[in-house]
Amino acid sequence: MLRGMPLPRPDHDTQPFWDAAQEGRYVVPRCAACGVGHWPPGPMCPHCFGDEIAWGDAPTRGSVYSWVVATHPVAEVLVDQVPYAIALIDLEPGVRVVGNVVGCDPSAIQAGMAVEVFFEEREEGVRVPNFRIPSGNLEA
Amino acid sequence: MGAQLREKAAIVGIGETEYSKESGRTELALACEAIRKAADDAGISVGEIDGLVRYDMDPVDEVALTSSAGLRNLRWMSHTGYGGTGGNAVIVHAAAAIAAGLATTVVCYRSLNERSGARYGQGSTWMSEKVGGFEQMQMPWGLLTPAQAFGMFARRHMIEYGWTSEQFGAVAVALRTHGSMNPRAMMRKPITVADHQASRMIADPLHLLDCCIESDGGCAVIVTTAERARSLRKPPAWIMGAAQGSGTRARGIIFRDDLATTEAHFTAKDVYASAGVGPADIDAVMIYDHFTPFIPMALEAYGFCGRGEGGPFVEDGRIHFDGELPVNTHGGNHSEAYIHGLPHIIEATRQLRGESSAQVPGCEVVLSCSAVAQLSAAVILRKD
Repeated sequence: MLRGMPLPRPDHDTQPFWDAAQEGRYVVPRCAACGVGHWPPGPMCPHCFGDEIAWGDAPTRGSVYSWVVATHPVAEVLVDQVPYAIALIDLEPGVRVVGNVVGCDPSAIQAGMAVEVFFEEREEGVRVPNFRIPSGNLEA
Repeated sequence: MGAQLREKAAIVGIGETEYSKESGRTELALACEAIRKAADDAGISVGEIDGLVRYDMDPVDEVALTSSAGLRNLRWMSHTGYGGTGGNAVIVHAAAAIAAGLATTVVCYRSLNERSGARYGQGSTWMSEKVGGFEQMQMPWGLLTPAQAFGMFARRHMIEYGWTSEQFGAVAVALRTHGSMNPRAMMRKPITVADHQASRMIADPLHLLDCCIESDGGCAVIVTTAERARSLRKPPAWIMGAAQGSGTRARGIIFRDDLATTEAHFTAKDVYASAGVGPADIDAVMIYDHFTPFIPMALEAYGFCGRGEGGPFVEDGRIHFDGELPVNTHGGNHSEAYIHGLPHIIEATRQLRGESSAQVPGCEVVLSCSAVAQLSAAVILRKD
């Protein structure tokens, strides 16, 4: 788990996400009219322009779309934490989120690899969702 | 888009400070020097400037410049985003203002103490204890710097099209070859693909030599009306066409449907229509090179090769000054200096004047553009 990273400062568009994370749920914003999700959370649907957002539970599994391995520590606090993977993870259509792939050698990450959601407790008791390889299943 | 801007305006003055790791001066001082030099180059007085376009990220604004650079009675002032698209976007705004008759002589500038001040490659430049906006959906997972975000695009092109790190190395070699010929360049020691491969990894797949340098310096460009351009000191670089584009869902750089289709695909159509030319008419290309993979991405978007073919295209010296399609003949952000893309417009102007340190023989039409910088802009210039 990364230490010393910036913590979220929720706003009206993102509060439901962080509130749910605190309860151990990964929720995403979807359009109440067309049902399609979007990311990052915003005030209206970028697909059909609907302005009512319905938050709902995301799938607990996603797949890796792209990733980098942070090898150079870009902050003092990271000197003993590199390397770590930063991945873009497809959760559902319209929703591609950022996470680390935890508990896996970064060099083993592959495109399309399945990952599952879990929760980390960061500083100040803030719970942050993250991703790991589901046990016994390496393919999406 | 049509031909509304076609040759209504021209670049007539260029000015640059020394490029260094530590300017020892304020950014205001850098802006003032660059603007004065650009006016001298054009053969006009700074007091004749009546329009101004600034990068929205620039620490120096028009109010400061009216007091310190001698600008007076500005009739047109505009700000452009975003980041590295600024180098072309400022020229789009200047040309539009002139075509609309809102100003006659417009200065565009960028001043930056980015090496001695807040370094873009350092997480601390962007981090704070708590982050809002899109950063709250990135930084808690340690996504902190441009190299980490833009590396996602490089990876995706490697996945989809089989691009290789050695191809990115070929770009780095071309940029340094041009830098080695440029007396203004901060990095002049030639490198090989082996040097690139041996350079330390920053954000895998990006090596150190895939990343632009950080630097201090200032640049300015003066754009004026067609009528006035003909009577000034240097031959005009005619603005044939210019365009901006947002693409779709550009927020936070990486939250897009498809990292392999960039905003440049939209802008490419518009700028060619604006200028009335196509890729076959272009003699040299200046591309915002924050990271090496964005040169092949831009070459695809602007139609110099097919989708996915950018990686192989940049090999075999094809983008060197003496190659089939010279790119960034000043050495770009990687070797000359990182002044947020404005030196690319300056180099395009030099090529059309025949003044480049890596002159392309018979260079008559130059495209200046970018691939991914959240927004996009492009300009096509023609020799007088």
